[in-house]
Amino acid sequence: MGRFLNIDRRIIFAAVALAVIGSLLVDFSLPVPATAPVQQIFDKIESLPPGAHFLLSFDYDPSSKEELQPMALALLHHCFQRGVKVIGMTHNPGGTGLAEQALNSIASIYQRKYKEDYVFLGYKPGGASLVINMGEDIHTAFLKDFYGNDTTTLPALQGVESLRDIDYLVDLAAGVTIETWIAFGREKYQFEMGAGCTAVIGPEMYPFLDSRQINGLMAGLKGAAEYEVLVERKAQAFEGMRPQSVTHCLVILLVLFGNVAFFVSGSFRTQRRPRR
Amino acid sequence: MSFLRRTVPLAIAFTVGVLMAFQYFVPHPHSKAFLELMTRWDRIIAGFAVFIGIYSLFHLHWTRIRRKAAGWGYSIFVFLGAGITIAFGLYNGGEAFWHDKKEDTMFDWLFLYVQVPAGATIFSILAFFMASAAYRTFRARTVESTVLLIAAIIVMLGRVPVGALISPYIPVVADWIMGVPNLAAKRGILLGVSLGAIATSIKIIFGVERQYLGGGD
Repeated sequence: MGRFLNIDRRIIFAAVALAVIGSLLVDFSLPVPATAPVQQIFDKIESLPPGAHFLLSFDYDPSSKEELQPMALALLHHCFQRGVKVIGMTHNPGGTGLAEQALNSIASIYQRKYKEDYVFLGYKPGGASLVINMGEDIHTAFLKDFYGNDTTTLPALQGVESLRDIDYLVDLAAGVTIETWIAFGREKYQFEMGAGCTAVIGPEMYPFLDSRQINGLMAGLKGAAEYEVLVERKAQAFEGMRPQSVTHCLVILLVLFGNVAFFVSGSFRTQRRPRR
Repeated sequence: MSFLRRTVPLAIAFTVGVLMAFQYFVPHPHSKAFLELMTRWDRIIAGFAVFIGIYSLFHLHWTRIRRKAAGWGYSIFVFLGAGITIAFGLYNGGEAFWHDKKEDTMFDWLFLYVQVPAGATIFSILAFFMASAAYRTFRARTVESTVLLIAAIIVMLGRVPVGALISPYIPVVADWIMGVPNLAAKRGILLGVSLGAIATSIKIIFGVERQYLGGGD
């Protein structure tokens, strides 16, 4: 049994590959009920009247696209369905292409027009300073949008002078930007916000969820899948639940098998660490 | 020289630090104008950090190539990738870079069909390494590691739809783990980090912490 403890890692890689490919090829569906933190984001957007201003911050780059882009697409479907005006921006220079692609592709489905129904402000450096600038005056923080249009002339930004005029903000983050938005934006300028993040940083967001500094949270691909189900647009994230479920089960089985081998082989006697 | 290198930066840090701390509590128009001015300066400085980052990256990889360090061939791709991307970014689809950004240019193509798949590939490779690492290291050696192991299995199952199919209690227990013990630990860490950041800020403002001046002291 001891030889199983040092199994060739290529065998594990092959097992993971087979699990992912197999679950993508075999068509079966799993129930994805919405959890309360995701439902709260949905309910908030559902409560916004047509013409309300929704700011979506695409704070991620291609390395986190697989988890966060489906969230962006599902949120945009919901906003454009409801006639909410969308303001896009990013704190990440690698996020501009993804944000532009998401905004334009979903807007075209609902015949929403750039400048009138949505705008993309693009990337600006500064992080916390940019948030504070936007809180004081959004037009001086972004003098021009991503395409070089003067932001004071954009109809979609009419009635928005600062972050105080934003009806709802969702930050999709692969880093620390959720904390930045909360500390320097939400707390100072008093707007409601939700968050979407990669599964890795999801656990770190629970204190903010509990303190209601964010009203909802989408964590990882499952959070995106739940939102897709809520907006009745099952797509990439929902499909991803199959390989993710199978891979999670495989990893659990591997861990259990490794522990059985660990105890049956007697390795625990030699490897047990002394208690401090 | 010491005056310019030490006294002036310390005086600037003290003055701006104290003013910014008080500014938060003073809702006067002059206070707000000061805040806007300072944050705009900060953003300009942050913009220049990009150039320092590029210089640092190129310098590191040029040194690796020059010294023929292990894996120096990969460093060539840094120059190739950055050079091609920068060139197409400046070319801006036939219009020069000082014009507004054109759509559907070669720069966009490089982003969508090179950077996006490359980034996604690197990210997805993590799943393979995590599976291998979990198999090798997740052992119930002690009571603490056994508790961690059980919690991890419940959360892993609770975070995918299959968990609810096995038992409706798994997502409930997973949510409890995330919302109570995890929350308590994260909040403790958050408070500790925040208090540490405040203490460090005060030390910088009052000139006790001088590491940021560089060059040793």
